[in-house]
Amino acid sequence: MSAVVVVRTGAANLASVAAALRRAGREARISASADDIAHGERLVLPGVGAFGEVAGRLDALGLRAALVERIASGRPTLAICLGLQLLAEASDESPGARGLGVIEATVTALPEGVRRPQLGWNRVAAGPGCRLLTDGTAYFANSFKLDAVPDGWRGATADHGGPFVAALERGAVLACQFHPELSGAWGQAIVERWLEVA
Amino acid sequence: MLLPRVIPCLDVRDGRVVKGVRFQGLRDAGDPVELAAAYAGQGADELVVLDVSATPEGRGHALEVVAAVRAVLPLPLTVGGGVREPDDAEALLAAGADKVAVNTAAVARPGLLDDLARRFGRQCTILALDAARSGDGWEVVVRSGRDRTGRDAIGWAAEAVDRGAGEILLTSWDRDGTGAGYDLELLAAMRRAVAVPIIASGGAARPLHMAQALAAGADAVLAATIFHDDRMSVSRLKAELAALGVEVRR
Repeated sequence: MSAVVVVRTGAANLASVAAALRRAGREARISASADDIAHGERLVLPGVGAFGEVAGRLDALGLRAALVERIASGRPTLAICLGLQLLAEASDESPGARGLGVIEATVTALPEGVRRPQLGWNRVAAGPGCRLLTDGTAYFANSFKLDAVPDGWRGATADHGGPFVAALERGAVLACQFHPELSGAWGQAIVERWLEVA
Repeated sequence: MLLPRVIPCLDVRDGRVVKGVRFQGLRDAGDPVELAAAYAGQGADELVVLDVSATPEGRGHALEVVAAVRAVLPLPLTVGGGVREPDDAEALLAAGADKVAVNTAAVARPGLLDDLARRFGRQCTILALDAARSGDGWEVVVRSGRDRTGRDAIGWAAEAVDRGAGEILLTSWDRDGTGAGYDLELLAAMRRAVAVPIIASGGAARPLHMAQALAAGADAVLAATIFHDDRMSVSRLKAELAALGVEVRR
């Protein structure tokens, strides 16, 4: 089995993602090469940091087209945390910055009056038709969120001052606002199901 | 709804877990990887590793410990101790930390918090604050309690959050290691001052202490001694918290 390509998006917790893959019996190859992103059998798009900064880095590395193409064509891809938000067109975190635009939506801030960042465990409810996602308790580390499951995707939701998108799936493409690699046995099982899905 | 976190803390020196009262009289408490795996299996919500090594050689061991703990831990890992520059934080993140805590170095140079938040994000930037009662309030103590700064702990936390701290790991210097319970007034005062999550630390000996801290405004409760001594497993602690009416991840 080939190594899972993990996109070097900058200062993300790549070691945690790599460790989760290794516990599932797979090696991680951390890469910022457009060729790996286009042709890797399985790819993880992790993300920690600011929307505009990471989107800008993807452009600077010439990775945008390869990422959009593989997600649009349904090749196995796991986007985590900011990785999910990058699928949107834009984010209130970084006005003017351009996301991958795979999802027609703008990322918004968690509401005033709740703990921000959301750093901790929250209940997740999987919507109808999910194959990779199940109900459970997930570890989140975010201040921004996607508001609604877009057309054509299955999704799971959670609540932090109102409902938000906890995760999305479409075929072999899985995007988690939470960190499956840090969400205990439940999160590890999600990673393992994604590694099996064709 | 966010669930409260139960966080075992490993104080690591030269690659081994140690424990002591008020950071003095350290004695061996086990292997960090074995303890991390055990706590994860018992239902811990997060793990904190604090490197209390006094020497550069010990610091080198700390990176190895973080990498070895990361390999077995499917939970968030916060690491602190000896972080003076963003590059120190980057080394810990590369070894497997998810969040980095800074204490003394941030008091000496508050701009470190801005630097860390800009480079790694607020969710990665944790202020560890040791507070000692002083007059009607609390003052910041640093260098493992050897130095009192005269600085107001609540005001410092508010400034740190403005600069980029995404969480406060708040240790009561007066209660640490005593088993007398967390300083609930300190927690309540901090809760009024900041909107970021607060991890209560220092003084826990019983599930009731943790329930009290959560009621006072903490988002997470940290303890070391009660877990290392096998006096209480994380799973039993969570069962007792649930019996006290606290909703926990089981």
